[in-house]
Amino acid sequence: MAASISDKAAAVEHTARYRYDYVRSPDQDARPAARHPVVVVGAGPVGLTAAIDLALRRIPVVMLDDADRIGTGSRGICWSKRTLEIWDRLGVGERMVAHGVTWKLGKVFLGDAQVYSFDLLPEDGHKMPAFINLQQYFVEHALIDRVAEIDRIDLRWRNKVVALVRRNDGVRLTVDTPEGRYDLDADWVIAADGARSAVRGMLGLGFTGVTFEDKFLIADVRIAADFPTERRFWFDPPFHSGQSALMHKQPDCWRIDLQLGPDADSQEEQKPERVMPRLTKMFGDRALELEWVSIYQFNCRRLDRFIHGRVIFIGDAAHQVSPFGARGANSGVQDAENLAWKLAAVLGGQADAALIESYNRERTQAADENIAHSTRSTDFIAPRSPAERRLRNAVLALAPVAEFARRMVNSGRLSTATVYDTPLSTPDETTFAGSAELGAPAPDAPMRGRDGRQGYLLEWLRGDFCVLHVMNGARPTVPAGVNLFVVGDDIHDDSGVFTWRFDATPGATYVVRPDQHLAARFRDFDCAKVMRAIGRAKGA
Amino acid sequence: MGKLVTASRFDDPDAAYVALVEARRGLADDAAGALDLKLVLILANHIGDLDVLDEAIALAKSTSDR
Repeated sequence: MAASISDKAAAVEHTARYRYDYVRSPDQDARPAARHPVVVVGAGPVGLTAAIDLALRRIPVVMLDDADRIGTGSRGICWSKRTLEIWDRLGVGERMVAHGVTWKLGKVFLGDAQVYSFDLLPEDGHKMPAFINLQQYFVEHALIDRVAEIDRIDLRWRNKVVALVRRNDGVRLTVDTPEGRYDLDADWVIAADGARSAVRGMLGLGFTGVTFEDKFLIADVRIAADFPTERRFWFDPPFHSGQSALMHKQPDCWRIDLQLGPDADSQEEQKPERVMPRLTKMFGDRALELEWVSIYQFNCRRLDRFIHGRVIFIGDAAHQVSPFGARGANSGVQDAENLAWKLAAVLGGQADAALIESYNRERTQAADENIAHSTRSTDFIAPRSPAERRLRNAVLALAPVAEFARRMVNSGRLSTATVYDTPLSTPDETTFAGSAELGAPAPDAPMRGRDGRQGYLLEWLRGDFCVLHVMNGARPTVPAGVNLFVVGDDIHDDSGVFTWRFDATPGATYVVRPDQHLAARFRDFDCAKVMRAIGRAKGA
Repeated sequence: MGKLVTASRFDDPDAAYVALVEARRGLADDAAGALDLKLVLILANHIGDLDVLDEAIALAKSTSDR
């Protein structure tokens, strides 16, 4: 699939890695228009995650995408532990990890000297690694394969939303196809159509935030080299003087990001005759093959609200960040998971529509956190004035000799899950030690099942609300429909890791949301309190 | 204003001033500027208190430059 250098970037752009067929839908002939509970616009990693999560919660989903292919560029490549845990719940996590490059070590260089390194997951006892690198086209392909295994998802290629009318109880979409237009009604529309969201444009919604002037070159490059599996970031490297560079290993090629500054000419810089000398300076006379190249510029900004009546924005359509920190696609996947269970609960009649508002609250909080981190990283990597650059360089100059300065060196603070400050959580009555936090995803831990199977905690915490209880005498009785797991009976913490991470004293009881976030915890089992906590987490 | 101490703390303020003068004596503007920035970072970390830093920034910005 790789294009040789002489093919030029233009040829690369037209290469599709995977193609999908347009298929006529019966909806195109329906009069009046067909109505569906959920329509997801955009079949990227975020839209696909939302659709799969909803479908596994028994909600039928129609997906519309204006393309019929997955392109060749790697684009989003770093997938965080939390994203992998979500995909594992959806049945694709192991596939992603098996295909991806697992890494946890990052190194930061100033010139050619290392000034800082970090280990992202210094502890064991998690099913999923801190990060994998996997080109976005492989991720999308794996998710689309998963969609094909689920009969509740109707994924329609070359279906482009061209008009949208909001109604009190739903949305009317007009969709253009190779065979003309048709109308489609939806109770809810999930807009997952990316940074240039057409749906957002149709609603006339603007962003608040910052646009950065610096341009960056990204390239997928095949190199005959055995560099170690780690994230490498350079400030002012000898091969790219005065700018920054980032290198990541991908399954079958390397991903290179080179800062070009604000004045770079985007058209010129994509030409192989400009790109190749830059790469040659970086890699010497090793054999290189350029697979894909692009220039990007970025924004740190978001919609004021992610919910507009029955239209809900997720992923880049709702918020955008700089790529340093892998907070774009990862936060989008977490948007999808946050929304899916809530929408399923509302559509299934288990929760009032008011629950949806908590999606806005929790995920705007996450977006603000991601925007703050990525803006800080960008301010460090691409200072906005000569005065700011001098300050940044003073930090870099001190870094080799002072620990405090190394801690200020910011090449991207990598994505971690947000701890929701949310009314859905029941405040703690007593303090808990350990690493579990109220409002955060439950930390994973090795567990042994009743049948002797060795697994991980998060493999049990799937589907609906779950109650974890640490054995303390008799099994508690819970109402029908509550998923109770008794540690010491149903599942066993042989390693003690769960006990430490959850401060799990005998009798301790934990309420876990369908998105695996911790909603409440108590020192003792009290059925009324547990049920109140579940009710509260459903927005009651 | 609260935590920032602006009363004199050096036994010999003239000696402290001279130390800063001598550090930049003979330096070009660029080098002196870089030195100052490093000093700011080192001393800010030594203080290690964001409230104090914020107050110091506010005080510095409130005075006119000569």
